[in-house]
Amino acid sequence: MSTRLVVLAPSKAHSTRAELFVANDERMHWHDKALWFVRQKRDKAAASVPEWERLRELASQIKTHTLIQLPEYLEAFEAKARALGAEVHWAKDAAEHNAIVLGILEAAGAKRVVKSKSMLTEECHLNPFLEARGYDVVDTDLGERIVQFRNEAPSHIVLPAIHIRKEEVGDTFHQHLGTEAGASDPQYLTEAARGHLRTKFMEADVGITGVNFAIAETGAFVVCTNEGNADLGTALPKIHIACMGIEKLLPRTRDLAVFLRLLARSATGQPITTYSSHFFGPRPQGKLHIILLDNGRSGISQSPEFKSSLHCIRCGACMNTCPVYRRSGGHSYGTTVPGPIGSILAPARDPQAFQSLPYACSLCGSCTDVCPVKINLHEQLLLMRNEVTLKGYLPRLKQLSMTLASFVFQRPRLYAFLGALGRGFGRLLPKRWVNNRLNGWGRQRDLPPLPAQSFRALYRNRKPPR
Amino acid sequence: MSSRSSILTALRARPSVPSPAPLPALDEAFCTYPDPLAKFAEVLATVGGKAISVASHAEAQRLLQSEPAYRNAKLICSLVPGIGEPNLDLLKVADPHELETVDFAVAPGRLAVAENAAVWVRETDVPTRALLFITQHLCLVINRSTLVSNLHEAYAQLELGAAEFGVFISGPSKTADIEQSLVIGAHGSRSLIVFVVG
Amino acid sequence: MRVGLFVPCYVDQLYPDVALATLEVLESVGCEVVYPEAQTCCGQPMANTGCFSDAVPLARRFVATFSGFEYVVAPSGSCVAMVRSHYAELLHDDPSYKSLAPRVLDLSEFLVDVIGVEKLPVRPFAYRVGLHQSCHGLRELRIGRSSERMLENFNKTRRVLERMTGIEFTELSRPDECCGFGGTFAVAEEAISCAMGNDRVADHEQAQSQVLTAGDMSCLMHLEGLIRRQKKPIAVLHVAQILAGRTPVSGGV
Repeated sequence: MSTRLVVLAPSKAHSTRAELFVANDERMHWHDKALWFVRQKRDKAAASVPEWERLRELASQIKTHTLIQLPEYLEAFEAKARALGAEVHWAKDAAEHNAIVLGILEAAGAKRVVKSKSMLTEECHLNPFLEARGYDVVDTDLGERIVQFRNEAPSHIVLPAIHIRKEEVGDTFHQHLGTEAGASDPQYLTEAARGHLRTKFMEADVGITGVNFAIAETGAFVVCTNEGNADLGTALPKIHIACMGIEKLLPRTRDLAVFLRLLARSATGQPITTYSSHFFGPRPQGKLHIILLDNGRSGISQSPEFKSSLHCIRCGACMNTCPVYRRSGGHSYGTTVPGPIGSILAPARDPQAFQSLPYACSLCGSCTDVCPVKINLHEQLLLMRNEVTLKGYLPRLKQLSMTLASFVFQRPRLYAFLGALGRGFGRLLPKRWVNNRLNGWGRQRDLPPLPAQSFRALYRNRKPPR
Repeated sequence: MSSRSSILTALRARPSVPSPAPLPALDEAFCTYPDPLAKFAEVLATVGGKAISVASHAEAQRLLQSEPAYRNAKLICSLVPGIGEPNLDLLKVADPHELETVDFAVAPGRLAVAENAAVWVRETDVPTRALLFITQHLCLVINRSTLVSNLHEAYAQLELGAAEFGVFISGPSKTADIEQSLVIGAHGSRSLIVFVVG
Repeated sequence: MRVGLFVPCYVDQLYPDVALATLEVLESVGCEVVYPEAQTCCGQPMANTGCFSDAVPLARRFVATFSGFEYVVAPSGSCVAMVRSHYAELLHDDPSYKSLAPRVLDLSEFLVDVIGVEKLPVRPFAYRVGLHQSCHGLRELRIGRSSERMLENFNKTRRVLERMTGIEFTELSRPDECCGFGGTFAVAEEAISCAMGNDRVADHEQAQSQVLTAGDMSCLMHLEGLIRRQKKPIAVLHVAQILAGRTPVSGGV
């Protein structure tokens, strides 16, 4: 489903797309159930760790500490990484990041690139940038490869193809890999992808990965995968480009224990990913480039309300638990990172374009309770609404109605009068008019029968209790 | 101003002095298992691997013969003397691409973690890291005495000051990217056997 | 004990019996209850829309109205959460707010933590009851353990309802998923809101709930709106109404 055909009013962007997603009831419920299942697996894994809540608290403390001293930790990381033989680059924005990657490819005379899953490279739109310049970039994570073939964006940061049915994968692989028409068995399709991508690994000149955690005290970094694609993609080609957000730093090696215990359990309910590779400098006969990306992170780090959104370890648990995300799908957010965390990060960067996202939320708070690093997501979503309003992006009508409501509520007698008037009038109308399907409430819901008296009237007339 | 300077300057420009946030020492007691081996085996099974307790390398070698993945293997590497009969000399391999057709590889693990069935493998023991991921089937060998309960204990023991690639491997490679259907054997090994010796 | 009764604006106007039931329950456990008429709205709709400045005067009004009471009790987790958790953003270091906030409680909290559940009169309520966990009460006020957190299980709303003899709690497949009301979300994201609500109703149907209850009338208004439109035979009663002796037969709202 293309969301690029229609120009959407920024204030209604999410709700418009969400409505389309919900309209396909069977598919919506399938998507909802698939993600709820992941949430249940997370619960089971978390319950198996007696100190789960303590780990969350520790992770939160480590991140809070790290961000306060981030400049010092970045400098330490850079020095250590350089001493290990890595080249460290600093990119202030996406354009510079992409230019650095291009520079490395050009200097190496490289043409074929394999890339493991990195939301950061998605954030920078690296693929289209390189492809436009004649590079062959192959996403090697199976889910990413599927969406790459389909020319779609990933809809989830951990499960990129969660919105796609196996029959659709079958069609896509039939088209691109020559698998049997109509085949949809995941085992068969995965085997086909294995063979296809192995060739790509073998032929690649450069491997690009993300970074899950970087360690300041040693200059090392960790990449976690289940498929082994980050490893094949960096053990075979001679050049490894590791792209990381500046917030991915941890101070010490021992901090990894806390985060690796939390990450996979939160993301998919596994005790740990199959591979947690610890890179120390380039591989023998190879070259390692580490790109440190800012792209708005330093700005967010100055915000008292939103700086802790930088603690995010990109586990996706908030998406799995979000009842809105499950029923609207990642594409309805229009961002690289969707769901609760995305609805803070995107408007923090561009409040006008993403003004609908903080409102794509019922404020249920489930996200906050699953976040392994205890980001107060639902509180930040509410605060982001205020940001959107203060910047003047709230639609006029909404702002006006709230000011009017506030005016009325400051005057009890006016409020009581208007309430009585509304109820009185409503009681005179035929029920069908009151519960009319033309208004947002009445489309699918009845209003309660309107009472003759408000509580304050009942209270006034009440005989005092014996 | 270089990007490096502008980023560091931007990070240092604080509107107010933040309240102190100390780094936790992480020296508290974390959950341990009375029988780490049992836990390790249990978790490894749930992630699609297999743990086999043996008294000696010889016993492991004997049991390996009855593993279909090993029996059917044409090209075998081994870094563990006495386990697996290698027909490819890794010392002669100059380019990791040459390992593409390896069917079965036996490698030593330095320690193992019960809570998540992760085995730590160092590149210097392998000695080319590609082997661990390119082989169709993988077999890791650990000493029972190196089993720890949790990752905190693991990191305390690992000397990560030295500059060497290392990887925690927990089970065979896998994916659930197609309709959340678990498929064992994605890009890395299709199976994992761990011999626990001692 | 002198308790100020705090009634959400929409309960005052649309569900007065819920407020009446709350009043009756509080009196039945020996409280002297006063309903100060100066109250109107806690300001949640404005704050949730992002219009903090429109909510500030309402927050001040609330503090002024209720400062004199020993406790302030409301049949609403979300309004109480607004006061206890979110007024800090609106009123910052206002000392009269700071001293009032801890004394503002949801009905279930008040009955369990201040009065003691044993003081509640025992009444029959032999129905299969689906207890909906309203999100603000659960995840802001911590009235119960949310399923996301790995802690000892507890639930204050369930504890007060357990005083009703013959009550049977139905088992839901998702014990604390949001109903989808979410304030203006109910209209702004109507499709998702109703999809969420319908899924909750379906869960109660599979669990065979005869009565759907919760500590927040906003959730119930939304769920009942769907139930009535679809003419489903599930009765909807607020916790206060059950405690006060209302039954599905005697009529709820």
